[in-house]
Amino acid sequence: MFYDAGKIFTGLAIFLVGATFPFWYAMAAGKTAYKPEPVFPTSTSQCVESTEQMIAGHMEILDDWRNEVVRRSDREPIEINGTAYPKSLSRGCGNCHADQTQFCDRCHEYAGVSPYCWECHVEGD
Amino acid sequence: MNALYSLIAVLVLVAVAILGVQALGLQLFFGGILPYFAFAVFLAGVVFRIQRWARAPVPFRIPTTCGQQYSLPWIKSSYLDNPHTTTGVIGRMLLEILFFRSLFRNTRAGVEPGLKRVVYSPSLWMWIAALAFHWGMAILLFRHLRFFLEPVPQVVSAVIWADGFFQVGVPVFYITTFAFLLGLFYLLLRRLFIPQIRYISLPNDFFPLFLLLGIGTTGFLMRHVVKTDVVGIKEMMQGLVGFHPLVSEGVHYLFYTHIFLVCVLLVYIPFSKIMHMGGVFLSPTRNLANNNRMKRHVNPWNYPVKVHTYPEYEDHFRNKMKEAGIPVEKD
Repeated sequence: MFYDAGKIFTGLAIFLVGATFPFWYAMAAGKTAYKPEPVFPTSTSQCVESTEQMIAGHMEILDDWRNEVVRRSDREPIEINGTAYPKSLSRGCGNCHADQTQFCDRCHEYAGVSPYCWECHVEGD
Repeated sequence: MNALYSLIAVLVLVAVAILGVQALGLQLFFGGILPYFAFAVFLAGVVFRIQRWARAPVPFRIPTTCGQQYSLPWIKSSYLDNPHTTTGVIGRMLLEILFFRSLFRNTRAGVEPGLKRVVYSPSLWMWIAALAFHWGMAILLFRHLRFFLEPVPQVVSAVIWADGFFQVGVPVFYITTFAFLLGLFYLLLRRLFIPQIRYISLPNDFFPLFLLLGIGTTGFLMRHVVKTDVVGIKEMMQGLVGFHPLVSEGVHYLFYTHIFLVCVLLVYIPFSKIMHMGGVFLSPTRNLANNNRMKRHVNPWNYPVKVHTYPEYEDHFRNKMKEAGIPVEKD
């Protein structure tokens, strides 16, 4: 015997649908097997750090570069194994990772990250 | 001691997750199997608790009255604090659920220096901390939908953007991270350092606090310190919601600790005080209109009483009444 069954079970149903929403969404969108595949440059296989370190820390490197260049006017290029990399998103990273939509955006969109790099930088600059 | 037991329990849970992943290699168990179990227990447990509450009869209106009751139209009544209409009740419930009005009422008794008398003053820190913690948690849970939904809906992105509005650090610090952790930390400190509250605090008061602090701390460390592979984590979460669990290589053990503590929380919720998230809707002292005398409320367990109504009485004695000259309603 339930009292106020209509109200209580309506509320419970709303809770259950809300709590299981990701499952319904996955069924409707059908994209759970999707994996982002950023396009890596073919010209070189070397970046300023190892792949693992770049995945974890690229945002910090860019942040440091931004602070050094913009705030301390330190434009000294980074030299690794005899190659000089300018501290620049567009002219440094962009030399190899030319296409933002093919590289940066792939993972960022998947992970729901929208960094504010391109609020100032113009792609293809 | 109560706090210590709870802290030790949470530390043991953390150790279980770290050992399970690092020493025994149980990534799939912690990341792909246990979450299903925990989520199933959570849903079934909540349904069980709610249906049991739904069986409890509430024969009469028992609202806590915090203002003037409605009586005569020209006497001003308190529509929200002593509601007599459904609209008033909905307003009262919304204020309670969204803004914790009953905590806002918290007062502290003290002796005013100089005057030898008791003075009640508002004590709002708990209300502020509770608001920060609960709203922080609600928004950060919503933010976590970016791992569970693919493609990420606009509204989730919008909340993430707003939450990281100050653009401090990379990856940006979220406002709710601090609201959640600091609110929680205050709620813990108050149980530890206010003697009266420490006296009435039980292990099951401290355990959820430490558990949530553990979840928050592991989350914070993952995002801002070790910076683990977010794409790998989303692939695992997508595996979960698509019923094909998988393990991404290179995901930090803190992630497994985080998800294990969340699983423990999910299992713990239906059987603990955290069920207040459902119970707040079903509190008869708050969700009933104070209309005891305006409406007839029948006790549901009244046994059927045999009554003899006046028309039946008249049918029974009509002839005798007429003989005695007593007026009757029906001839």
